Amino acid sequence: MSTNPTPRVRLPATAKPGEMIEIKTLISHEMESGQRRDASGKAIPRKIINKFKAEFNGKTVFEADWHPAISANPYQAFFYKAAETGEFTFTWKDDDGSDYVSKHKLTVA
Amino acid sequence: MKSSPRHPTRRHVMTMGAAVALAAWLKPNMVLADEAAVAAEIKKLYGDKQAEASKVVKLDIPEIAENGLVVPINVEVMSPMTDADYVKAVHVFADGNPLPGVITYRFTPACGKAAASTRMRLAQTQNVVCIAELSNGSLHMAKVNVKVTIGGCGG
Repeated sequence: MSTNPTPRVRLPATAKPGEMIEIKTLISHEMESGQRRDASGKAIPRKIINKFKAEFNGKTVFEADWHPAISANPYQAFFYKAAETGEFTFTWKDDDGSDYVSKHKLTVA
Repeated sequence: MKSSPRHPTRRHVMTMGAAVALAAWLKPNMVLADEAAVAAEIKKLYGDKQAEASKVVKLDIPEIAENGLVVPINVEVMSPMTDADYVKAVHVFADGNPLPGVITYRFTPACGKAAASTRMRLAQTQNVVCIAELSNGSLHMAKVNVKVTIGGCGG
């Protein structure tokens, strides 16, 4: 089964200045840990998303380095204190060099 | 229907198959991390600096994890998160997994709150350790022992 990792992000479209919002993210990905073995006993190579980054208007807000212990279809929630209107860019970096990106606008008024 | 070596019943074959699968799953030759491995990771990051067990770090994990493949973990470090006083990094380790590292968070004052949630895999009952590094250089630690009923190493 091979489908493109699909990110899903839940965050409000608007916020008041100074308001704390929680951002919830999910991405479909096997997070192959490198610990499993196939039917012939050979180790299945590691292939995980090893980094999650959240930027707002180009500035990094939050980052996470994920190890193979992070569950498949990784969920990541964190907080952001709304200040100005702008756009979030969420990036998930795969071991194989791929980047999965999702962008979301936030209006602060 | 009686089973004999020349004519095993289907039930007999399936029982043998299940026993083999269970033995493979238990993986007697799987090498696991341990407390020393976690201590080594912390030393790699911070040298001989000691982390004090402190209420500043709230490590929220169920005491009993029903499914080791998906264990919720919520971390919060109490901090004003201003430019002058904030949480630089949070590292989580597991001392009974094949590898000790779980996750590293890097917060910024823009977060407002140094808190994050995810889900992790735990191979067996073990300690989960969380180290928080504050902007003033101090290290704070919290540790939770998690009982795992079904191990989440996969395969």
